[in-house]
Amino acid sequence: MSSPQNASDHELVARAIEGARKAGASQADAVLVRSDSQEVKVRNEEIEHVKRANERCLGIRALVAQEAGLSSAVTSTCDLDPEAIDRMAQETVALARATAADPHAGLPEDGFAEDIPDLELMKASDRNVSVEARIEDARRAESAAREVDPRINNSEGSEAASDFSEIIYHNSRGFQGGYSSAYHSLFSQPLASDGENKQRDYWMTVSRQIAGLEDPAAVGRKAAERAIRRLGGRSVPTCEVPVIFDSLTAPSLLGQLAGCLSGYSIYRESSFLAGCMGQSIASSAVTVIDDGRLPGGLGSKPFDGEGLPTRRNVLVDDGRLESWLLDSYSGRKLGLPSTGNASRGAGSGPGVGTTNLWIEAGQGTLDEIIADTEKGLLVTELIGMGFNPITGDYSRGASGLWIEAGQITHPVEEITIAGNFRDMLLGIDAVGSELVWRSRSAAPPLRVGQMTVAGQ
Amino acid sequence: MTTDRTSEGTREESLSFFKDRFGVDEKSLEATLETALERRVDYADAYFEYTTQDSVSLEEGIVKDGSRHLDQGVGVRAQSGERQGYAHSDEISIDSAQIAAGTARAISDQNGGSQAIALGGERAQRNLYPVEESPTDTPVETKVALLDQIDRYARALDPCVKQVMASVITQHRRILVASSDGRLSADIQPLVRLNIQVIAADGDKREVGYEGMGGRYPIDRLMEPSNWKRMVDEAVRVAKLNLNSIPCPAGSMNVVLGPGWPGILLHEAIGHGLEGDFNRKKTSAFSDKLGQRVASEGVTVVDDGTLPERRGSINIDDEGTPSRQNVLIENGILVGYLHDRLNAGLMGMEPTGNGRRESYAHMPLPRMTNTFMLAGQDDPEEILKSVDRGLYAVSFGGGQVDITSGKFVFSASEAYLIEDGQVGAPVKGATLIGNGPDVLTRVSRIGNDLELDRGVGTCGKDGQGVPVGVGLPTVRIDDLIVGGTEG
Repeated sequence: MSSPQNASDHELVARAIEGARKAGASQADAVLVRSDSQEVKVRNEEIEHVKRANERCLGIRALVAQEAGLSSAVTSTCDLDPEAIDRMAQETVALARATAADPHAGLPEDGFAEDIPDLELMKASDRNVSVEARIEDARRAESAAREVDPRINNSEGSEAASDFSEIIYHNSRGFQGGYSSAYHSLFSQPLASDGENKQRDYWMTVSRQIAGLEDPAAVGRKAAERAIRRLGGRSVPTCEVPVIFDSLTAPSLLGQLAGCLSGYSIYRESSFLAGCMGQSIASSAVTVIDDGRLPGGLGSKPFDGEGLPTRRNVLVDDGRLESWLLDSYSGRKLGLPSTGNASRGAGSGPGVGTTNLWIEAGQGTLDEIIADTEKGLLVTELIGMGFNPITGDYSRGASGLWIEAGQITHPVEEITIAGNFRDMLLGIDAVGSELVWRSRSAAPPLRVGQMTVAGQ
Repeated sequence: MTTDRTSEGTREESLSFFKDRFGVDEKSLEATLETALERRVDYADAYFEYTTQDSVSLEEGIVKDGSRHLDQGVGVRAQSGERQGYAHSDEISIDSAQIAAGTARAISDQNGGSQAIALGGERAQRNLYPVEESPTDTPVETKVALLDQIDRYARALDPCVKQVMASVITQHRRILVASSDGRLSADIQPLVRLNIQVIAADGDKREVGYEGMGGRYPIDRLMEPSNWKRMVDEAVRVAKLNLNSIPCPAGSMNVVLGPGWPGILLHEAIGHGLEGDFNRKKTSAFSDKLGQRVASEGVTVVDDGTLPERRGSINIDDEGTPSRQNVLIENGILVGYLHDRLNAGLMGMEPTGNGRRESYAHMPLPRMTNTFMLAGQDDPEEILKSVDRGLYAVSFGGGQVDITSGKFVFSASEAYLIEDGQVGAPVKGATLIGNGPDVLTRVSRIGNDLELDRGVGTCGKDGQGVPVGVGLPTVRIDDLIVGGTEG
């Protein structure tokens, strides 16, 4: 396994840029992504699969000067033979010549990351983690799930994965950087069965370090408890009630909000928030932050997909819209500087992405918010894709728990929840105190004052 | 590029590609599989892939982006009982395949002794997609010119069109599968696709309309003005329609699904629950229901990977099994599952040609190909007239199912109220929800107008995307829950 300073990887990236320049590119950049991963799955008592992979992929972008601006193209290849890279660099330039000049295209002018801080994105000794150890993690989650209740009598399995990756990025303005990171996870998905009724649910833990993972038995137990409480779920009559999103479903709202704040959605006017900068777009209880430099953060990185330093951006402050999410291209389109939110994989050019994105914690636990709800719905899972970012129309399939007089009364399924996203954000009347990271986005429990619940 | 486009020609062409370019021949493949079998495993296979994908996209009146991606690699699998070991590498060579075989076999700790494998050919029956020239060989200038024409046509069509986004995506995929039961299979799979999206505005209101088409056919098909103009017309029509749509009422109602793409109802609500892995593990809402009634009389649902040129079609699946037509529901009775080799073997059934994977980096899973309901007898007009008050859903954005509980949801992108048997106002935000094992028992009318979709479907499962097709005649489903904003 190579280090990020692996000379030959840096040489390959430099070669790609040099090749593009020689072929006529006036600007170029290249990214090499190397990953080494293992994944195991245990179902009931048995190992279901063991998977190992090594991958390297190189992405090249070439920008060719035309009268009206730069025209660009992107290629990627996992054939890293030096001659193959030279050919790919030439093809990239040829492809760029065939596209149209765009006055806003180009690398960032300046402001590239000067220091590459150690953001604690991996622990070196974790590289020695054995397949057997991860199998044991998954086994413990499976057996802990079964021990919760005799009605946990089947499983879709528990999956443990460890992924180590290295990213090297160079551009023709002289930026050269690289960093390593790791991603360890444990995901457990047991089934509960009660005669005819069969339900599944899940729980997971994710960390940059093995030591940061929750106890596997706790993951299995939590997943089992969630599956058990879904047994006997039924629909409810169509009504308008407060809807509480728990810490697994609330981040989906955040993801949808981020999509609507992307500079690309704004200049295309394909977001219902276009034109709303500085306005109150959410309840004053809502503050949304994106920060790429949280130590150990699941979305942390020292520089973004264009070599600019990542940073802390307050997107929504006490409900007021303060910032878009921008890379340099969408920033130029809007006459604004990049916010350091360029994301870049080997297979694509830069785009906007979030780093560590969260809603600031408020007051009260989930239980307290439930107790404070006269009648309503706690949503524990959402399915379907019913969100229209251009109008904000929102309608998704949901399952969860019904609340009467501040108490959970029965599980609910086969319903939809619907509203307009603008009204939902403005209608958030409770923000919980529990903020736990299970992915790059996190949100405490949220209560939306009123939504349409459609059922039988 | 050779021009022998019989099925055997495609197989031979792919085999010689891997042999000439990477030295992957029968002898070295046999040695790789023998390495995997040095431990006690039931089965092993090696999967080689070399895929080129190009795309060109337009927005704001100019073609801003062009891209080309080369994806290549080898994945080796060893299987012992329910256990699978899988290792893959992005370097195509016999050395990397050997290393992968050594890793994959580690799921078994027992010695298997030495076994000799003799790979032979399986004569394929047909070539479902005899495309002369790889769509990725079409000059980028040709694709750019098409997108420019589309942009000009869309903007001239209606002043409310504010934004046009369009892309052409072409793919050329070569695969080779060698398995320890002696089969050596290969295929070349072309795929093309055109996407058109417009944003229409009327005062402060903005809406989007989308239309796409694609399949395993020559790119010339996309270039035909009668095809792309129809697509632009559709995208603009839908965007304008949505500008004037009213919020959808919520609650239980009789729903008429239009023909074609609404077949994603079958895909989500039925198809996934019939995939062999979930049924072998008994985690599906359809587990143990073979032979039972799961749909109204007259409802027959098939999954057919053998339709010429369709996006979801495959000559062979990603385990080398030839695709075929599989009947899932026959006249309302559940009669079959969709299988890959592993789950078929464990259930004592036959593989059905549905073992598919996104790429060499993924293990095969039972997946759908083209899933549709056969036509019935009813006149579509009569079906609409039979509904007093309900919803007519013509197109959908997407859907999802919970395999275990059977609950599904999908979102309409074009839908209308039905009042007194007449199609009325367009509605937005309509979401259909229901229960897979139950929904088809509510089918009360089946139209005589089966249509397949236009070739835009991608199905996701366990993080793997594969191209699929769906189809449906006009059907009436009684008492389906419609989610909306108007209580």
